[in-house]
Order: sequence, then structure tokens, then C-alpha cells
Amino acid sequence: MSGYSADTRIRWTEWLPWVAAGAFFFLLPEYLSLGARILIFILFALSLDLILGYAGIITLGHSAFFGLGAYTAGIVSTQLAINEPFVQLAAAAAVAALLGVATGAVILRTRALTLLMLTLAITAILLEVANKATWLTGGADGLSGVKVDPILGFFRFDLYGKTAFLYCLIALFLGWWVVRRLIYSPFGAMLTGIRENTTRMHAIGAPVYWRLVLVYTISATIAGIAGALLTQTNQFVGLNVLGLEPSGDILVMLILGGVGRLYGAFIGPVVYLIAQDYLAKQYPEYWYFGIGTLLIAVVLFAPGGILGLMDKWLPFFKQKSSARASAR
Amino acid sequence: MILYVISVGLSVTMGLMGFINLAHGVFAMAGGFILSTAMARFGVPFPLALVAAFVLVSLGSIFLEKTLYSRLYARGELSQVLFCIGLILVSMAVARLIYGNLAAPVFLPDYLRGQVQVLGRDFPTYRVYLIFFSSIIILSLWIGVERTRWGAMVRAAVDNRGMAQSVGINTKRLFMITFALGSGLAGLGGALGADILPVQWGYPFEHLVYFLIVVAVGGLGSLRGPFVAALLIGIADTACKYWIPALGAFLVYAATIAILLWRPQGLFGVRT
Repeated sequence: MSGYSADTRIRWTEWLPWVAAGAFFFLLPEYLSLGARILIFILFALSLDLILGYAGIITLGHSAFFGLGAYTAGIVSTQLAINEPFVQLAAAAAVAALLGVATGAVILRTRALTLLMLTLAITAILLEVANKATWLTGGADGLSGVKVDPILGFFRFDLYGKTAFLYCLIALFLGWWVVRRLIYSPFGAMLTGIRENTTRMHAIGAPVYWRLVLVYTISATIAGIAGALLTQTNQFVGLNVLGLEPSGDILVMLILGGVGRLYGAFIGPVVYLIAQDYLAKQYPEYWYFGIGTLLIAVVLFAPGGILGLMDKWLPFFKQKSSARASAR
Repeated sequence: MILYVISVGLSVTMGLMGFINLAHGVFAMAGGFILSTAMARFGVPFPLALVAAFVLVSLGSIFLEKTLYSRLYARGELSQVLFCIGLILVSMAVARLIYGNLAAPVFLPDYLRGQVQVLGRDFPTYRVYLIFFSSIIILSLWIGVERTRWGAMVRAAVDNRGMAQSVGINTKRLFMITFALGSGLAGLGGALGADILPVQWGYPFEHLVYFLIVVAVGGLGSLRGPFVAALLIGIADTACKYWIPALGAFLVYAATIAILLWRPQGLFGVRT
């Protein structure tokens, strides 16, 4: 189980993703834009893991916050002409948090199918708004002409994506640190409790509803930041950041990696996006077929995703990570 | 009306059996493709092709139910949702491989084309036929669930599976048949609607939201609910797109949220 009784010091294996990211930066400079994309989706998956894996909130509408963050960052640049990257990030985070708290406070009173539908409807509404409000969002053509000033006045977003990669890496590191602190705190333990047995958490006097709203808002904020990063690195926002499809994609990534395990959010997007980059362009049919089959297989036979399988098959690894893996 | 026929099948699987079947559109798509293939390639007449769509989709769903779905009844919503997304992706890939990017062509028989006069106004014959046909389905389903032994058994099994089993109802087989019925209806709906909602490989994903809205708004476990919801959503959507195109589908989603917040269990749902 995660949290509380577990040893919360950072184990050496937990540095591996960062070492890998560093190695990626130096060894594969021509793939840095893909790398930055992967980092962004890891951050997005991390935010989803927080509510889905730990708090057990099932959502099909997490792209609402991602997309809202992406559009906010873009609109701050195109409409208000504020090109300072940190201001854009902060604006995206704030707006996403606002939407998170507003919708969370309303929809978290419901459960199961109703909750699923509500989250889906919210992201669908945002998609519709983004599609129709052409003067603001560019509609179906997407929002282009987003400008981002050099970070701290020094580091320009260059053509090769070096700055973008490092920028996303730092953002991801901070996001990871926050999420990790959260899930190993008493708050995180409480979330796990809510996921496992809501009635019982009510019974011992936990403020279940407020905890859920809080974690939903935090998660929305992180997703909003991830969206803003996407805008800043691409300097473009398209309609594909909203609606059912990105929600489904990120869900699939997280599940492939392993839900409720923190590092599942790291492995899933890496595997998914690299495979997509190779396969999807040449053989879209096989890509869908493969990812669908894989998803069914994971759900039926390996509910823990890739990390779950590693726990099972590598006794050595299991020894190291059994304390961290939250047994589902 | 097509929305209704498709989603009433969903209401059967989802409502009666408590399985979040997002992959429902897959069965509808399969129905549409079967109809199209049967008519275009093998020259099967329209009514027979409809029957074929229903039967083949039912059989296919029995296979899926036996091999995959039945493992997931006891699992949480998350597993069910994910499984369905997986199934949707696979089916989309298969459909695209077989049928390419174009919508499946549907050739209506001559007697269903043209116009017909009802109450002094002209209506396309096919739509009138659709409404008539769906009404028959609705009626027979309603009688089936409310007035027959099978209906009583299903309702008993849903309310308390253990108890139903212990009074001698084979719930496993019952669920299988119910599932097949639900999927078959989806296939029938997809086939019937193929002329109006074109059947192509993106179908299960595109219309997923509508099916779900109809069922969620209508309420789980009732047949009347999805009917009313499908009418409401269909009319609201069309009217909205006709009068205020700027808003698009916005109103439908907003209405969905409002209704679900007002009655989380849906309009006619049973509180569980």
C-alpha cells in the first residue's frame, strides 16, 4: 500500500527515469521534440493517476483541464499579448484549477456511470465551445501565432527543441515531486482509503467529499500546466486537445503503464508515444488493432499494467519495489 | 428513433445487466456493415438482410460474451470501461481494414423510397417506416420485459443474482441471452439507421457519446427511460442545430449535465 507506513525515502530506482531523460537529451538530439511531447504526456498521465489511481475517481473527461490549460496559455499570448512563459503557465494553471474546483464540487457528489457521463459531457462542452468560438480559439483551424518569450529572458525556444525538452523536464520533475509528496502524505493515505472503501472512510469521520474535491482540483491544475506546456512547445493549439479522444488516449497510456503506481504514468506514455510515432503513421489500422488488443489483454490478464508485470516476473525488482507498489 | 433502437439495446445490457458497455456502438456498426454487405454483395433483400444483421450480431456477441465479457461482470467500472475502449479500437481497425475509409453504401428497396402522405404532409417513406418499425420493437420489448416469464426472470436476476440463482434460474445463461438480445438490437438499430447515420469505421467512437447520453439521461434498468431520453435528445439536438446553429451540440451536453445533476440516476432510473 502506498503511503504512511511505507518508507518514503527516494529509492535509487526512482532516479532511473531522470537518468534516462538526461541520457535521451544527449544521445538522441534529433528526437527531442518527440521527447518533450512524451514528458508532457507523462505529466498529464501523472495528474490522471492522482485521481484515478489513488483517489479512484473514474473520469473520461480529464482532457477538459489539459485542453483548457493549452488554450488558456495560447489565448493569453494571442489576445493579451503576454508572452512571458511563466505567466502563461500560471494563467493556465489558475484557469484549470478554477474549472477543477467548480466542476469537481458539483460532479463529485455522483458516482460510477453518472460521474463518467458528467466528466465526458464537460469536456465535450469545452470542445464545442473551442470549435465554435472561432474569434477566440481559431476553431477547427486551431490557434496559431502563439508567441513565447525566452525563459528567464535567456533561453529561447530553439528549432531543435533543446530548450523545450529541458523546460518540460524541469516542469515534470516539479510535478512529480509534488505528486510524490502528496501520495506519501496522510492526505494520500486518506485518498487510498476512499478508493478502497468509501463507506468506511465516512464512518471514521473523514471529510470524503472535500478531500475528493481538493485532489480533483490539484489534478486539474497539473493537467492544465501540462496542456500549457504543450502549447508553448508547439506554439499552436488544435482541437485535438479536448474531447473524448485525448481523455481515452491518456487513460490508455496510464493503464498500459500501470495505474496507481506513480511510475506507471512514466512508462505508459513512453511506450505508447514511441510506438505511435513508429507505427501510426505507416499502418494506422494495425496501430489501432494492436493498441486495442493490448488494452484488452492488460485489463483481463495484467491489471497492474507493465509495472505490475515487472513486479510479478522480476522477483528482484519486486523486493525493491513492493513497498512502493500499491497493491490493487 | 434510430438512436432509440440502438440505445434500447444498450439499456438492456447496461441497465439490466449492470455492465458499462461502451463498446455498444461496435455492435451497431457491425449490424450496419452486415446489412450493407448482404445487400450489395449477395443481393439479399432488405428485410432478410435486417434479420441477418440481428442474428449475426447476436451470435457474435454471444461469442464475445462467453470469451471476454463474462470475465468482467464482477470487476470494477474502470476495467469494464477500459476493456470496452480496447474493443472499440480493435473493431475500428478491423472495419477499416475490411471496408476502407468510405461509408458502407446502403441501397433501400424501391418501396421504401419516395414520399408518403401522412395527415396531408409529405414524409420520406423510409422515415415513416422506421418510426413504425421501432414502435413495434419498443412494444414487443416492453411486453417482453414486463409481462413474460423471461422478463420476470431477468428482473429477478438483476435485483438479486444470488437469490435468483438459488430459486433455480440459470443466471449465466439468462445473462448470455439478454446480452445477445441487447447486442442484436444494437445491430438491428445500426442496420436500420445505416441510411441516416452513415456506417463507417469511426462509427463506434463518433456516436458513443450520444448512446451514452441517452442511456444515462434515461436511467439505467428501464426501457421507458431511454425512449423518452432518445426523443428528447434527438429533438433537442435537431432543433438546436436548426434554430441556433452557433451553439451546435452545446445545448445537448448542457442539458445532459443539468438532468444528471437534478436526477443522478436518470429520468426513470431506479435508485440503487
